[in-house]
Amino acid sequence: MWRKLYAWLEDRLGLEEIYKATLDRPEPKGNWWNTLGSASLFLFLLQGVTGIFLTVYYTPSPDHAYDSIQYIMNDVAFGWLIRGIHHWGSTLMVIVVFVHMVRVFVTASYKYPRELTWIFGVGLLLLTLGMGFTGYLLPWNQRSYWATEVGTRIAGSVPLIGDSILRVLRGGPDLSALTLQRFFSGHIWIIPALLAAVIGVHLYLVMRHGESHFPDKDD
Amino acid sequence: MTSSNRMSRRDFIKVTIGAIGGVMGVLLGVPVVGYLLQPAFRKQAAEAWIPIGKLEAFTIGIPSPFSFTRTKVNGWERTATSYGGFVLRRSEDPKEILILSSRCTHLSCRVNWNEAAQGYLCPCHDAKFSIEGEVLSGPPPEPLERYNEFKVDEDGNLLIFFEEA
Ligand code: HEM
Ligand code: FES
Repeated sequence: MWRKLYAWLEDRLGLEEIYKATLDRPEPKGNWWNTLGSASLFLFLLQGVTGIFLTVYYTPSPDHAYDSIQYIMNDVAFGWLIRGIHHWGSTLMVIVVFVHMVRVFVTASYKYPRELTWIFGVGLLLLTLGMGFTGYLLPWNQRSYWATEVGTRIAGSVPLIGDSILRVLRGGPDLSALTLQRFFSGHIWIIPALLAAVIGVHLYLVMRHGESHFPDKDD
Repeated sequence: MTSSNRMSRRDFIKVTIGAIGGVMGVLLGVPVVGYLLQPAFRKQAAEAWIPIGKLEAFTIGIPSPFSFTRTKVNGWERTATSYGGFVLRRSEDPKEILILSSRCTHLSCRVNWNEAAQGYLCPCHDAKFSIEGEVLSGPPPEPLERYNEFKVDEDGNLLIFFEEA
């Protein structure tokens, strides 16, 4: 009975083919370092889910941002847990993505034919850091405020176009409500959308070329 | 393409779709870029000539206070900041004026002219500045800021040139 149902569904959905192409791929001899890309992906999804939960209470306005976070931490059931996961997950994700990159570098997996996988990977690292930068401002406490003051100034020190970059980041010459709004929009919509798209390309390339084999003495 | 120079039906459609797509891309792209990057193009005047009072109202030889307020606009957010300072007329000559900011160079408290001490005193950490704004004692690292650009208009108003930090 279940088998029949399965066969019926499979006949129409053809999921097995997708499964074979995406997950049931031949792998070189197992190595824990090769799990870091998947760990990055998992953390991205985890940040996505906990982040969505946070927006249920969080308010991106200078008048309410700080208090809404206090509310999540102190009054919302398991708010501390959701925020805690998102908070620590962000640091962990930066670390894991970085170590993933280091392993790709050390095993020389960026070489032909995987140059583009590497280049899109660099994009992923930058976008991940962008998530960290924009997310850091959102609690609107002293630390986040001044970190952003400094961070946007660093961006503003670029020759010639620095001032324009600073204004675009801040939404004006000063750190203001517009900055918080922009960072929020970037943090929950713009950068995640870019991340998702680039992850898609990255994974497509990983599947297309298969995993590189682990270098041995002959390499 | 056939041997003739005429464009094939397929190529014509490709080119047309490409062109229309390009036009649509630009039509959509310009507003999107403008929407996101607008702050880079819209500049708020950060400098202005600010009237701080009639010249004759400031007594010669004694620092007299003045103050003014500037409003910064960031989108829908308006932030008013007040500024203050002291005018010291050294003589009748309208060029012989020393205008100091009252913002303490230590941690931005407001200094006050104290006639008895013959100096500017800061209430926060006991700094003392001379009538010229030099640090006499206390923690401030620098002398008081000066408004070096000023002028007197036809109506006898004293104006200072103000630049946003
Ligand atoms: C959000 C961040 C990222 C995610 C979700 C991600 C995901 C993945 C996954 C699932 C794999 C296959 C498993 C593995 O080898 O670990 C992989 C492989 C790879 N990644 Fe990433 N990655 C990210 C960032 C990066 C970065 C920053 C770089 C380098 C600049 C990079 C370069 C590569 C390369 C070259 C491969 C192929 C490795 C091989 O074939 O041995 N990735 N990535
Ligand atoms: S602020 Fe004036 S002495 Fe500290």
